[in-house]
Amino acid sequence: MQASLSLSLSLPPAAPRSDPAPTVFRPSALRFCGLRREALGLRPLRPAGSTWVFPSPARTPSRKTVAAVSGNGSPSKGFDYDLVIIGAGVGGHGAALHAVEKGLKTAIIEGDIVGGTCVNRGCVPSKALLAVSGRMRELQNEHHLKALGLQVSSPGYDRQGVADHANNLASKIRNNLTNSLKALGVDILTGVGTIAGTQKVKYGKVGFPDTEITAKDIIIATGSVPFVPNGIEVDGKTVFTSDHALKLEWVPEWIAIVGSGYIGLEFSDVYSALGSEVTFVEALDQLMPGFDPEIGKLAQRVLINPRKIDYHTGVFAKKITPAKDGKPVLIELIDAKTKEPKDTLEVDAALIATGRAPFTKGLGLENINIVTQRGFVPVNERMQVIDASGNLIPHLYCIGDANGKMMLAHAASAQGISVVEQIGGRDNVLNHLSIPAACFTHPEISMVGMTEPQAREKAQQEGFEVSVAKTSFKANTKALAENEGEGLAKLIYRPDTGEILGVHILGMHAADLIHEASNAIALGTRVQDIKFAVHAHPTLSEVLDELFKSAKVNTGVSPSSVNEPVTV
Amino acid sequence: MAATSSSAAPFLSSSSSLSSPSSARRLLPLPVRRVSPSLRRRIPAVRAKIREIFMPALSSTMTEGKIVSWVKAEGDRLSKGESVVVVESDKADMDVETFYDGILAAIVVPEGETAPVGAPIGLLAESEDEVPLAKAQAQSQSQAQSHFSPPSPPPPPPSDPAPSPAPMAGAKAEAESPRKAVSTPYAKKLAKQHKVDIEKVVGTGPYGRITPADVEAAAGIQPKKPIAPAPTSAPAATPVTPSPAPSAATSPATKASAAPLPPIPGSTVVPFTAMQAAVSRNMVESLSVPTFRVGYPVMTDALDALYEKIKSKGVTMTVLLAKAAAMALAQHPVVNATCKDGKSFSYNSSINIAVAVAIDGGLITPVLQDADKLDIYLLSQRWKELVSKARSKQLSPKEYNSGTFTLSNLGMFGVDRFDAILPPGQGAIMAVGASKPSVVADRDGFFAVKNKMLVNVTADHQIIYGADLAAFLQTFSKIVENPECLTV
Repeated sequence: MQASLSLSLSLPPAAPRSDPAPTVFRPSALRFCGLRREALGLRPLRPAGSTWVFPSPARTPSRKTVAAVSGNGSPSKGFDYDLVIIGAGVGGHGAALHAVEKGLKTAIIEGDIVGGTCVNRGCVPSKALLAVSGRMRELQNEHHLKALGLQVSSPGYDRQGVADHANNLASKIRNNLTNSLKALGVDILTGVGTIAGTQKVKYGKVGFPDTEITAKDIIIATGSVPFVPNGIEVDGKTVFTSDHALKLEWVPEWIAIVGSGYIGLEFSDVYSALGSEVTFVEALDQLMPGFDPEIGKLAQRVLINPRKIDYHTGVFAKKITPAKDGKPVLIELIDAKTKEPKDTLEVDAALIATGRAPFTKGLGLENINIVTQRGFVPVNERMQVIDASGNLIPHLYCIGDANGKMMLAHAASAQGISVVEQIGGRDNVLNHLSIPAACFTHPEISMVGMTEPQAREKAQQEGFEVSVAKTSFKANTKALAENEGEGLAKLIYRPDTGEILGVHILGMHAADLIHEASNAIALGTRVQDIKFAVHAHPTLSEVLDELFKSAKVNTGVSPSSVNEPVTV
Repeated sequence: MAATSSSAAPFLSSSSSLSSPSSARRLLPLPVRRVSPSLRRRIPAVRAKIREIFMPALSSTMTEGKIVSWVKAEGDRLSKGESVVVVESDKADMDVETFYDGILAAIVVPEGETAPVGAPIGLLAESEDEVPLAKAQAQSQSQAQSHFSPPSPPPPPPSDPAPSPAPMAGAKAEAESPRKAVSTPYAKKLAKQHKVDIEKVVGTGPYGRITPADVEAAAGIQPKKPIAPAPTSAPAATPVTPSPAPSAATSPATKASAAPLPPIPGSTVVPFTAMQAAVSRNMVESLSVPTFRVGYPVMTDALDALYEKIKSKGVTMTVLLAKAAAMALAQHPVVNATCKDGKSFSYNSSINIAVAVAIDGGLITPVLQDADKLDIYLLSQRWKELVSKARSKQLSPKEYNSGTFTLSNLGMFGVDRFDAILPPGQGAIMAVGASKPSVVADRDGFFAVKNKMLVNVTADHQIIYGADLAAFLQTFSKIVENPECLTV
């Protein structure tokens, strides 16, 4: 991660792509993804090699015990640090990296382990499990293998081996993260951080925050923990959250998954591939409520219906009792609307995937008059924290799950980078509609921007038209070569301007394919421009190529649109 | 389609109303045509409103379509505009939606099957009253059209004609009985697929729940080999002893892979009887055991003499050999042991000699229990009973599946030696050939003619090694050559 970042930044701006058409080359095209055009303006790029290259040749030995190097700039007058970040998850890490790059003297306070939820109890280990489940599913699909001419006899797995893979991956990524911070000279301060006052942070053991430091700016990046609704008794064995499930201590024969969002869906993929039967409990009237309805429907057809999965929708799990005294796990369901008892499920295990709750307790927010909203720290669009009376608190920012704007690791990191930009005096607003999201089921689901209903609602309010284009993986050579033709890509756009409002993909490698769309949204690329971009043949990316090409943009109508297609 | 003469085309008007040409799935109005059942069949219909849902033409080149999935199930209520079925054409999968409100009374073409454009694929009843009528119609239709949808599953068992809600995956039916049986998600799916009334299935899973295996048993399906075996515990299936019971516990995995040979003209196919199926299953299962064989010549002059002496008392050669084997086994318990899990020896407390007996159209192994303890005369009596029970097929399971060692004797046919297959669940099997006069040289170089019998033992090398078997055979040979001990 850090390697790719430094690499791209040290490239001279005069990229070869400007050669063939120097007149249309816009330097603004080299901005960070996810940053709004107007936020950055046409700011000239810095010359390569100034402060962009971070390893400073002059390094002084560490003053702090934990830090390896403390060469990350000298703090502003009167402060211990330019920037202190509370929480070393992906958000804090991304912010710290960017801060060092900007010459800020930076410290990061971690009370648990570096890497946070994503690396230790979230995205990272779950990807390891999903990598296994994907292969397992493939090996079990006799029909599919036969079509490819393959013969595999009785595939099996070793549960401990699978669990070890997930655990090893997490520790490897954790070490990478820690090392990258140390290599940059970020001070890693161990302990629980508390805000002591304006520009003041205390840290130390829980309840004994004995060391006080001052910082010009502070970022709260404390993340979140699994949310467990009232009435659900988590014992960590038969009733558990994703934290426990990722350790894969056992594979129940029948598991109920409460919540059918990303987490629930991914775990259903894992468990059903490993032989479990799954029952979803969803409070809303349809499964996968966050997805574009059409994608959700297809996902249900591909990921739910043919598998050993059933579901109860429109119900709350009012009470869940772990298995004990020879009884199975009991789940009492009530109607989500009428609250009347509906059913009782008896299963071997229950996974609570009802979302995540911000981890903001003990931060000392009350010291500076902040009232959290259901635990979330209120912030404006620049991640500046808002106090109880609605005023901005200077020098205090909150990023990531703790502010609840978009609970995704890469969103936290992008928010952190945006904050560092502001601290450095460059106003910056992150366009959350350009942040992609992915669900790593088999096949994968990914999305960026608005869903079709959201787009249509906005269109109605603002009086513009919305069009939808769709392509199927069935027509894609590469997908057919893999015998994975199941899938759909959907583009939601404005036919008058060609603005991309949203892209949703379900299909093989959808999570990797979405970035062409998310980059287009981030950079403001229009459909009529991107449709001339060339895609290698035969690749899955041609699904998007075809998608953009099939969009019908009314370029004559809108004055803002370009009449002549611009080669990129 | 032959049954219904009306043309399909007029019902497919609005299929081209959507914008993007490459869209993967379009919503299409479900083509239905009004059917007046009184015309089609002589059912005295009172203007029953049943509409046929037929295969739409989703593209100009489409001649037939495959039902990808029925979004709705039989008995579901449909409202106008809802999608009902997903059809795969030569171009794409498309949702097909209904024009009419009603109840999906019957699915004529099930998921995964193909129907020509215009052929009825389901029936839509306007109200619940018409559902039974529609079902009757569907049955006749599915018979009529069986020529293009070959292996359509047998018509549903005569379930109550009232539109009782089929056991749905959703949280539909509840609070009917105070304590309903719990069934797993896959069990429900299978029940629906095989049209099994899940209410009537008896659950054998944990906490008495209905498992997929229970439903498969109720539907009379050989359960498939589990694809993802729980691996932490020992994978080996518990050995199945020879059993003529028809319900199989495991199915041979290797069998299916062999490509079928083209049939030889004039051959007939006779399905296995239950007993033959059990034999087949056990034999295939035996392939998973690493066996080896040790042969041994045994001189039987003394035994033959003894046999002549006591055969008038009802003692047979088989019993004598069984007794001899049992006495040898008493000294070599490992040969009487079993390897159950690939990890340990299971020493059997008693020595039960199973003896292979050919009976009409089959093979069974009545067991002489405690053959080492019972005296030869009691054993002979017991044997007589077992054989007559076996002939009349009245053996109880314990009498044919409790063996710890098997004896198979083909000597009476003049066979001089043969090779037996180790039955699952046992450690060794002895194959006995005929005793024949042979020229033998003794230790001092003197020639003599003696009755020599070749025995050949097949054993599980997981637990029984070559030296074990050799020692056992040596003991056996000594007992046969000095048979006095058999009668005490």
